Amino acid sequence: MLVEILFYSFATIVVLAGAGVIMARNPVHAALSLVLCFLTSAVLWMLIEAEFLAIVLVLVYVGAVMVLFLFVVMMLDINIEEMRRGFRRYVVPGAVITAMLVAEIVGVIVQRRLGLDVTRGAVPLPPGYSNATDLGIALFTRYAYAIEIAAMLLLVAIIAAISLTMRRRRGLKVQDIAAQVGVRASDRLRVVKMDAEPRQ
Amino acid sequence: MKLFQWIGTQWHALPDYAHSTVYILALTIVLILSVAYLTLWERKLIGWMQMRRGPNRVRLFGIPHTEYIGQPFADVVKLLIKEIVIPARSNKVLFRLAPAITLIPAFAAWAVVPLFPGFAIAKVDAGLLYVLSLTSVGVYGVILAGWASNSKYAFLGAMRSAAQIVAYEIAMGFALVGVLMAAGSLNLGTIVEQQRGAPAHWNIVWLFPLFMVYFISGVAETNRAPFDVAEGESEIVAGFHVEYSGMAFALFFLAEYANMILVTGLTAIFFLGGWLSPLDGYLPADSALRSVPLLGLALGDGLQWLALKIFLLLCVFLWLRATFPRYRYDQIMRLGWKILIPITIVWIALEGVLAWFHVGPWRV
Amino acid sequence: MINPALNESTLTLASLAPAITEIALATGICAVLMFDVFAGRTWRYLTHGLTLVVLAICAWLTLSVGAVATRTVLFDGLYVADKLGVFLKLAALMATALCLFYSQHYLDRRRIHGGEYDILAMTALLGISVLISANNLLTVYLGVELLSLSLYALVAFDRDSGIAAEAAIKYFVLGAIASGALLYGMSMLYGLTGTLSLDKLALVSASHGAGFVIAVAFIVVAVAFKFGAVPFHMWVPDVYHGAPSSVALLIATAPKLASFALVMRLLVYGLGADPVLWVQMLTALAVLSLLLGNILAIAQTNIRRMLAYSAIANVGFILLGFVTADTAGYRAALSYTLVYVLTTLGSFGVLLLAARSDGEADELDDFKGLGTRDPLLALLMLGLMLSTAGVPPLVGFWAKLWIIQALLHTHHLGLAILAVLVSVIGAYYYLRVIWYMYFDAGREQTPIPRQAGTRLALGLNTLAVLALGLLPNVLLSLCERLIGAP
Repeated sequence: MLVEILFYSFATIVVLAGAGVIMARNPVHAALSLVLCFLTSAVLWMLIEAEFLAIVLVLVYVGAVMVLFLFVVMMLDINIEEMRRGFRRYVVPGAVITAMLVAEIVGVIVQRRLGLDVTRGAVPLPPGYSNATDLGIALFTRYAYAIEIAAMLLLVAIIAAISLTMRRRRGLKVQDIAAQVGVRASDRLRVVKMDAEPRQ
Repeated sequence: MKLFQWIGTQWHALPDYAHSTVYILALTIVLILSVAYLTLWERKLIGWMQMRRGPNRVRLFGIPHTEYIGQPFADVVKLLIKEIVIPARSNKVLFRLAPAITLIPAFAAWAVVPLFPGFAIAKVDAGLLYVLSLTSVGVYGVILAGWASNSKYAFLGAMRSAAQIVAYEIAMGFALVGVLMAAGSLNLGTIVEQQRGAPAHWNIVWLFPLFMVYFISGVAETNRAPFDVAEGESEIVAGFHVEYSGMAFALFFLAEYANMILVTGLTAIFFLGGWLSPLDGYLPADSALRSVPLLGLALGDGLQWLALKIFLLLCVFLWLRATFPRYRYDQIMRLGWKILIPITIVWIALEGVLAWFHVGPWRV
Repeated sequence: MINPALNESTLTLASLAPAITEIALATGICAVLMFDVFAGRTWRYLTHGLTLVVLAICAWLTLSVGAVATRTVLFDGLYVADKLGVFLKLAALMATALCLFYSQHYLDRRRIHGGEYDILAMTALLGISVLISANNLLTVYLGVELLSLSLYALVAFDRDSGIAAEAAIKYFVLGAIASGALLYGMSMLYGLTGTLSLDKLALVSASHGAGFVIAVAFIVVAVAFKFGAVPFHMWVPDVYHGAPSSVALLIATAPKLASFALVMRLLVYGLGADPVLWVQMLTALAVLSLLLGNILAIAQTNIRRMLAYSAIANVGFILLGFVTADTAGYRAALSYTLVYVLTTLGSFGVLLLAARSDGEADELDDFKGLGTRDPLLALLMLGLMLSTAGVPPLVGFWAKLWIIQALLHTHHLGLAILAVLVSVIGAYYYLRVIWYMYFDAGREQTPIPRQAGTRLALGLNTLAVLALGLLPNVLLSLCERLIGAP
């Protein structure tokens, strides 16, 4: 009973926060709604005893990804009115697509109850069961290949980002921090020993 | 004696959540008091280091010979009765929310910290990740404070903080990967247990580079000198909390010190054996010293050792502040990305190789 | 949760042998990357050569270690190795190596050659081989993403070019939507069947309902996008036109093999229990691609845009091979893909070499007078264009013929007639290039760089087109060996 109450209250927050993401007039508010969305989804995962995933969701998405998102969004100067101008034009096709997607989801649910009959759904886990261990074993044995390819994917993302953004512009003034940090007093300062000058 | 027994039975009869509530309350009060006196200790210690006196006026309730002991309470009272100014055209809700967002994770993370043998308020299996994710949430307070204030300096501070946190979080996480490889567990209690033996078994020995990385990242994560560019009072006034006053400012202040205690506590647990006694391998188990009533207890494992380690590490924090000038922003980025992260990656790889050949105290 | 059958003994080094291509390639990528990072300016020019060496080693390892006699499943079903896979990987390795070889001079001249270029080409190749060997929706998706991500970056590689950036953004946004569609379709499939494994999907897909049809539709949309079939072709002309020609060459060739493999693995194998589901969709895509591609190609004055629409039209032909839903059709599609890749390599190679001194050979007009300016290149282009147009004895003719034969065998008379008709339309714009080369005087007089090595490779490339045309049975028997009887 308690679990149901928790589920429905947090699920409501997820949905509301999700709506907030797309409805908020201020992009920062939208990003923050997304943070809330992630946090509450983490709670929902916690409810099905997937605590590892829940914590990692918070760690990765809330702790790192969304911080960067906010970082960028806060610096943007988005004219909301201008973005909303095209709204009317897209309402009809948007509504049609939404209706289609909703119909499909309903279709899948009605037809097969979201696949719970084939995917078993969430089963209660024995006490002392560690999510992290099992996930780790599965990831590095059964899914080792997928993990490696995903790692390559991230590597490609890094290479692509760097090759597209890092360029040597002309006239760019840069400092060699390593040289700055590695500087010694003897490089900058010369102690001169000299006799006292005679009195004028 | 009867009374104690009665209290004992009543205590055991209480439901779990009541136990937890009591623990949480007790821990919170202790933490807040520690924070209060940490601020005082900082001022005194740095004062001594810089050949000044530091605070020396406020006695505790007028009791003689308690010079400066009452200082934290005076500060609190002062901050409490100050007006909280909320800037015009600021985002009122977020402005009020931000200090709380900074403070809550600093306290909530203690839930999984093992305080003495076999005890933590919540024995979470993925405790290490829980701690990491909570500390990473804390940055939202800083970012939101900077943004909601609608002030240029505050905003600059928030931007700096965001970039810095992201950079150092990676190094911090990687350093902890080394720890969890050594322990073979994400549970903080197990991590402490794994270091049992003598100080030579503590993680700091085999994971010294990771310890350094973790500690430096910890300093950076708490926005302490020399990484305090988010405040940077000589450049951007006071950074993200420039618009805060009174108790709202005090919350940020409290959060910074609470975070310091948390980071040092975690460092002690991850690398310095947590509540393990450093005498473990040296003082024989049947030594006569151990049977001395109070001393014996003090020499064994327990909270006192964790507290001592935390205190020493905190002194290092303060020492850093007294010694180093502030890093420049680009230097911070370079240190995080180009030095700390490569060190951790190399060391994790090395640790993997050592573990593969069963060299060292690894569980894996 | 953990598969009890999967203990340490199943993951031995020897059992990984069939996956040697990916392993060697990933290792090679890391090695080249490290070399490029630490080589410094003096040695960095070696990266390109090193890349080619790595590709050669991968090809050798694929042949010597990775060759499998029968279908082998690895990594708990995530990976499949079979003869078709090995051959497609070799073809992709070769195509990529040729692409890099052809584009070396072009890139140097435009001063956009960096080590990242070769590395991104190699990661794209890795994505292609992952796709070729995919036996699970998870690996399909990872392969698609690895390939696409590398290509997005490559399209935008010339950072000073606004038109390249525009093309990259279009490609990226549309590609992201396609990936979304793919994921959505996959998630619906998972919801309906409870499995991501293509082996298992192949067994259950016979029982389907409305949800299944929609899931397949989403997947077909994604496949069509990766192929560049109408109506998901919008990115093709922009990318061919906007990206550096060498990148267009890369996109036009090896990824087509991956797209072919994608259809083979995902639709023909994974959802093959009931091909009707996707055959209708592919038919519509094929017809639209054939018509639109060929007709719009006529109107182009830019040769790269023309080749883009020609690519769309050719994709239509490949899809026609799948429409038959029988082995002969798949073989025809395979041979068509191979022929298309081979020919496109040559024609884009000529394009790269004949680029103007400012770097690009954009307009059709630039080819005017090529016959007198550089007779050899013009001759090669003549052969390649005739082959693409489907003129006998060149191999392009046979490829088209086999597709039409397969269509006739499965009683798709209308489609066969359409294929013939659009081939005639297509011939017009291919022949127009030849007309320009030989019967029009050109403005451009600057001599074309010698580049003996590239010319030799181009010559061999064109000779292969001719030789396969004269000996079509070689190709035919190869395809028969690769795609066995059902």
